Amino acid sequence: MEYHLQTPLKIEDIKKLNAGDIVYISGEILTARDEAHARILEMKEKGEELPFSLTGAVIYHCGPLMQKTGNGEKEEWKVVSAGPTTSGRMSKMTPPLLKAHEVRAIIGKGGMKGVSDALKNRCVYLAYTGGCAALAAELIKEVKTVHWLDLGMPEAVWVLRVQEFGPLIVGIDAKGKDIFAEVREKAEKVYEGMQK
Amino acid sequence: MSSKLNRETFIRSIADLLRKAEIELPDDVVETLRKAEAREEKPVAKSQLRAILKNIELAKNHGVPMCQDTGIMIFFVELGTELQPGFDLEAAIREAAVLATREIPLRPNAVDPLTRKNSGDNTGAGIPDIHWKLVPGKELRVTVAPKGAGSENMSALRMLNPTETGSIKNFVLETVINAGGMPCPPLTLGIGIGGSFDKAARLAKEALLEPLDTPMNEFEKEILEAVNALGIGCMGLGGSTTALAVHVKTAHCHTASLPVAINIQCWANRHASVVFGGEE
Repeated sequence: MEYHLQTPLKIEDIKKLNAGDIVYISGEILTARDEAHARILEMKEKGEELPFSLTGAVIYHCGPLMQKTGNGEKEEWKVVSAGPTTSGRMSKMTPPLLKAHEVRAIIGKGGMKGVSDALKNRCVYLAYTGGCAALAAELIKEVKTVHWLDLGMPEAVWVLRVQEFGPLIVGIDAKGKDIFAEVREKAEKVYEGMQK
Repeated sequence: MSSKLNRETFIRSIADLLRKAEIELPDDVVETLRKAEAREEKPVAKSQLRAILKNIELAKNHGVPMCQDTGIMIFFVELGTELQPGFDLEAAIREAAVLATREIPLRPNAVDPLTRKNSGDNTGAGIPDIHWKLVPGKELRVTVAPKGAGSENMSALRMLNPTETGSIKNFVLETVINAGGMPCPPLTLGIGIGGSFDKAARLAKEALLEPLDTPMNEFEKEILEAVNALGIGCMGLGGSTTALAVHVKTAHCHTASLPVAINIQCWANRHASVVFGGEE
């Protein structure tokens, strides 16, 4: 099945998705990788409020390459290249993040380990083709704003407006089905068979 | 061309070389990806390969880096012993790296390993990484291979026992299974066997520079077939295209040692070369 979704995402939007479905997303998405995840969790712990909302949000595991145009008050950012980063690095921080905030979709590449329980009934993992950064940049229509630039360009939280962002493959659905885990299990079985 | 180099021209050429490497893949890599797309039967895997081919085309047409991870810069320099550069080549390469970072632009990826402080211009202690080789003649050949972290992070080195040549294939398979979709398959595997702890790793990296259409020997084919039989597929979503090629480089090693290094390369097997000097 193919779905075209609009952000902010509602719980019904994602519950109907099955692992293997193709999804395109339009609206706002936020980039976050290692450092941003760590800071989001830290702020939760301290009871501080985030400068952005994660309710119904789509988090994109991406450390984009951006270019500043204009200067002074008129400075603007342009996306040069913005493909997905390896989601595996965020595996440990994702369950507490999902507990603290109503994030409805995570976009990344390579899958994540041990998160399908945390995703159940609340969030989906969408795989975007790794390295396809020029293609992604085409689908990002506007850089709305940036938070936490002190973390550096790749680690900052970029708020982006996207249109028909995809094709995204549902890698882990909200029922707990995980394509990456299944592929891995199969590969391990093939490997065991080779040892006989 | 004279056997003396001009510093400014050299820096300009290296910055242009970096631009080429970041934006355009070598023809043999694109062709191999095209063939993989035509061969792949699983719809999900096919959709991934299609996206990759479309991305390659867009990057070239728009003149932008094909991947946001523009990598760290690894240079292979072959310097003719009869050539007189007349300036500090390493400093000039560093200058070109800074220039390219600003101009193309490139993502600043070089950080101090412990403080994680970003230098902002892709240079730093030991970075760019430059491998020097003295060769006969008056030519200077510079190859750059920007290496992204997704695939580099999944690479592995193991010191096997000398009697364990039979387990080299298993080590490769375990490494590929462990990597799954993280290093952006379809992969190219550079395997270095022998030498020493560090030489094996360098051989593995050099093996990645081999054109993808270089015929593989029986050992390389056997590993490729086994890797593809795992069914990890493009981006780890399943399918028959886990790796495009396997290239092995060997060196003699100590009788009590068997170093094996596997350098994993993502589909974006970026590299480009330029030659200076030659006949006067």
